[in-house]
This record gives sequence, structure tokens and C-alpha cells, in this order.
Amino acid sequence: MAVNAVSNGAVPDSPDTLQSRLESVGYLADTGLATAAYLAIRMGRPLFLEGEAGVGKTALAHALAQLYDAPLIRLQCYEGIDAAQALYDWDFPRQLLHLRASEAAGINDVKQLEGELYDRRFLLARPLLQAIETSPSVLLIDEVDRADDEFEAFLLEVLSDFTISIPELGTIKAIEPPIVVVTSNRTREVHDALKRRCLYHWLEHPAYDREVAIIRRRLPEVTERLATEVAAAAQLLRLRDLLKPPGVAESIDWTRALLMLGARTLDVDAAARTLGAVLKYREDTDRITAEGLESLIGSIGRG
Amino acid sequence: MPKELVLVSDTTQTMVGFARTLRAAGVEASTDRVQALLSALSQLDVTYGRDAYWAGRLTMCAGPLDVERYNAAFAAYFGNELPRVARVGLVPQQPKLISVQTAPDQNMGEDEDLQSNPMLSKASDIELLRRKDFAALSEAERDEARRLLARLDVRGPSRRSLRWTPAPRGGVDARRTVRAMLRRGGEIEEIYARRHRPRPRRIVELIDVSGSMEMYADAHLRFAHVLTRRRPDVEVFTIGTRLTRVTRQLTVRDPDAALRAVGTAVPDWSGGTRLGELLKAFLDRWGQRGTARGAVLVIASDGWERGDATLLGEQMARLHRLAHAVIWVNPHAGKEGYVPATAGMTAALPYIDALVAGHNVAAFEALAQRLSQEGNSGA
Repeated sequence: MAVNAVSNGAVPDSPDTLQSRLESVGYLADTGLATAAYLAIRMGRPLFLEGEAGVGKTALAHALAQLYDAPLIRLQCYEGIDAAQALYDWDFPRQLLHLRASEAAGINDVKQLEGELYDRRFLLARPLLQAIETSPSVLLIDEVDRADDEFEAFLLEVLSDFTISIPELGTIKAIEPPIVVVTSNRTREVHDALKRRCLYHWLEHPAYDREVAIIRRRLPEVTERLATEVAAAAQLLRLRDLLKPPGVAESIDWTRALLMLGARTLDVDAAARTLGAVLKYREDTDRITAEGLESLIGSIGRG
Repeated sequence: MPKELVLVSDTTQTMVGFARTLRAAGVEASTDRVQALLSALSQLDVTYGRDAYWAGRLTMCAGPLDVERYNAAFAAYFGNELPRVARVGLVPQQPKLISVQTAPDQNMGEDEDLQSNPMLSKASDIELLRRKDFAALSEAERDEARRLLARLDVRGPSRRSLRWTPAPRGGVDARRTVRAMLRRGGEIEEIYARRHRPRPRRIVELIDVSGSMEMYADAHLRFAHVLTRRRPDVEVFTIGTRLTRVTRQLTVRDPDAALRAVGTAVPDWSGGTRLGELLKAFLDRWGQRGTARGAVLVIASDGWERGDATLLGEQMARLHRLAHAVIWVNPHAGKEGYVPATAGMTAALPYIDALVAGHNVAAFEALAQRLSQEGNSGA
């Protein structure tokens, strides 16, 4: 079942090709991630991405969707999510309406009526069914660690053969399995059986050079100087013992905030006014302010 | 899949050997994973070390710890071909000590010769025992107290889940009502109701095993064992000079065997306490990520903090924000004239929902009851 994820002539022939293609849509992946995505596509396996918040897990799915010009179908997981919210549901009000309309028209053939009621058009496709019915597509199962563990067993079943059987309707099988990206913030240990179905990749914060490149890529109007300074500061902040070390998403937000204020470089004043874009806990802000923004800014200048 | 394997048998053999090395290093390299690795390799340029590294890492690992072990095994097996990759962002785990360091006089496992002792059979004796301080118990009494603890009725807190369940009263269950209408050709016969299904709320116990808690830690671990056996979603940690997660050890059915396993896993029995530091370690490593979120936290400690208690206060504040409720069990709180005056207790007090006693069996019964009340909001 490999090499059928994307049929429109865009199957990459090596991780490097995929890496440069991803770059063309604005996503800078390192070798590991590019290899992971490449294998996921070639082997038709879901890609399980784990890592701190804001390292670009969700962004990869967006980039892949853009790259293949395929719709991104997103299943946001949360506590208590069940099959009706992830898979499909019958549209009861419409069925009822249809029933009443048929009665009014004088149709009394029970069998025919029943057949009509459980027609595909009364089926509401939720993300998983949507992804199976749409090819090509990129399916993003976001923050799977938030869902209950029973939900994992259910996901495992769907991701194994991309087939959904609906008692009233029959079996729906994906013509072409979607590219699946599963993300987790590791708030809970996801069951091993699910991981085993996937290719597992632990995503790190990017190295300094890559972070500069990412910022410049995402915000073309930024000066090189500001991008390097923000990236350096973010790298330094990650070394501190913070409750929530900033991710790339925060670096980009921070740079954007600085741009809004018209800052051309990262000085103490500008940093103090925009600190809320990088640090998301009051304790962290207090801590960095107490240590002195001057020292933080000072140590990046020479770096 | 075999059709796709364009590999020479050499590669297969090499990788099967590598899988063996991985297993020795503690990575679960099961057959299906090896198969995935081989099929991954067939998609890549095998002669290229970097690709082999990634193919293995992506198919064999299931967590950051695995990645570390994998890196070591890869380097050992393939020589120095390990491609340069960023270090995985986890603190390496401290190796665990194997020796048990419990005080010999309160060791478990000598129940056999004591069981023949037919004392403490009368109800009044049991009543007395229930109220007697653990520190004052004789060996035989301790044994009986342990039996009482093992029989404790723990129902525990619950919380509202997002899921619905049919109920005689509650909000209108539109789906079920409409489905019934459909069955009856569109006639409303009954309006069904539904309510949120309650589910068990997580309980996290942090048990102080330092010297000053020596007489009470055993009882707390037994209480934690009862919790772990009876309820899902219980996490137990010991704190002393180190933070140790003992949840897994406590899953053993037999309480004595479980306690022995804990004894082996915990390296810092009867040492000092660094409450603030360890609470921070707990919150950094586990609590903030989710373990403490919405949970009922039970801290079993006498609050003896060496040195400055400022850090403890800060961390308690943090814990209080994450947890649903914080219950502090202090063995001295049940004694007459007790005032929470130690530096640690004073710092922690503003962030505690309940300060309860934990010095005898009766106190544990009260704690069990308290746990059931705590956190039932919105159920």
C-alpha cells in the first residue's frame, strides 16, 4: 500500500527533494523531519510528531497540504471526543424533514422510505470520514494526547486500513489513503500501539541558523539584524529554567510584535514592551525582568 | 510488503542484529517494528549512514527516552557513523539504586510468625488500634493496622466528563428523542433526557519519605496502594532528597510485595527533605504537563523544610493553580495543641485546601472520606 499517498505526480524521490519542496512553500525542515515526512508519504504510514508546543508540528501538516495542493482536514482532539464527532453522524433533523415530506406526498412504501432515509446525503461527514472520502488530502490529528485513551484505540482502527464501515450504508474505503500527521504535546503518554502504527519523530526547537531562516522566511519584511537578534534571544531564553520556553511560533510572534512597533533592532525598551509575545507566564516575565533585560539583550549583541 | 524489499540479505541481517542491540539497550524493537524499518530502508539509500540512522529512529522509537537509547545503540553498533543531531531535550534519568535501605525494625515481610498471634480480635481492641498513633504501635499492632488500611473503603473524587449518558432527568437528549421519533414515523412519544457522565478524577500522592516521616511513610504508601488498586488514574511519587515515581511499583496486587518493590525503587529512604526543590521537580517534569492538572493532590509530609521555605511557597502556589484541590496530610496535625508553625508549613498553608491528620487508621478513614467529597464539583 506504499507510494499511493499522492498520485498527482508529486511523490518525492528522496528526503532531500522533499526538503527543498517544503522549503518552496515556506517550511524549513531539517534532515530528520524531512526524512520522516518522506517515509510517511512513501510508506503510507501516519507521521507521529511529538515535541514542545510551538516547534512547528501543526505547521508541517499545513505545509504538506500546500505542497500537494490538497485540502487540510483537521481533527482537533479534546477530552471526551467520540466517534460521532470524529467519524460521522446522521443528520436527524433532515431525515425527519424528509420523512414528513414523503408522508405529505403520500409515499407509504416503508422499505423504500427507509432506504431513502439512510442515504449518503443524510450522513454528516466528520473529519476522519472526510479525509477518507477526499483524495488527495492531508489529515491532521492535532493534540491526540488530549483525547481519552479509549479514543486512541478507535483511531488505531481507522488509521490501520482507512476503512470506515457504517451499518446502515456499508463500507467506505479510501481510494488513496490521506497523508496523516498526528501531533502530541506529551501531556500524557500516548499508547504504544498507536505509535507503533506510525513513524515517530521527536521534534526539537530549531538550531539558531535555522530559526533565523524560519523567521526571515515567515516575515520577509524583517531586517536580517532583527531576525538574528530575536533568534539569539529566543535561544538564550530556552536555556533559562522557564515554565514555558518559547517555541518558534513565539519567536515569530515576537518578531511580528516588534515590527508592529516599528522596531528595527531588539533593544531593551522594545523588548520590555513586547515581552508578552514570547513569555506566557507571569513568573517567567518576572524572572527575566528581575534578571535584567539589559543582560539578556547585552549577551546577544556580540553572539 | 516483502515485494518491496529490494535489500540484499546482508542489510536484513545487519538490521536484525541491530535490533538485538536495541533491545539490549532498552528500546522495544519488536518484529513489526523491524519490518517497518526494513521497509523504510527500501525507500532510502541504505549505504548512506544518515538515512539508515533516521529510518531506524523513526520506526523504532516511541519517546524521547527511546531516542537517547537509540542514539547510544546506533553509535555502538555502527561505529562512529552517528550523524550529528540535536540532543533530545530531556534530563537523563538518574540510575536507580538497587539496595533497600529501610530501617530493619520496620521491615515488611515478617508477617508469617506474627499472624499466629491471636490478639486484637475483639472489636474494642480494633477501635483502640484505629485511634493509636502509628509511631506507638508494636509490631503485631502494626500488622493489624496494615490489614485495616488494606480494607479501607476509598471511593475517591469524580468529575464531570464531556460525555453524555442517558438519565431519568436532565437536559433534553435531542439525538435520542429524534431517533425514537423516526422509529415511530415522526410521532413524539417521549422526550429523553441526558446528563454528563461522571468520571474518576485523578489523584496524585506525593509522599515524604525523609527521616522525620519514617513512622508514617509506610502507612501512606499502603494507602496509596489501596487507591492504585481500586481506582484508575492514580499517580504516586515519593519525595525526600529525590523525586521517585512509584506508581508502577504499586500496581502489584499484594501490598507487601508492592511495598517491597517501592523500597527497591526509592533511593532516598530516611534522608533529608528538600520539599521546595522536589515539588518544583515534580511540577516541571510531570505536574505542569498534565499530571497535576485538575487532579486532587495529596501531600503527605510533616513540612520540615531545611533552610529557606520561599521556594516551597512559590511552588505550592503554582501547584494550587494547576490542581483541583490540595490536601496536606500532616501526621502531627491530629495531635492535641498542634499549630502549623514550621517554616515549611507556614509557607505552604495559604495554598492548601485542607490540612488533615494522618497519624492513625481513623485519620486515614477520614482522609478517604475527604477524598470522595473533594472535587465532586459539577458531577
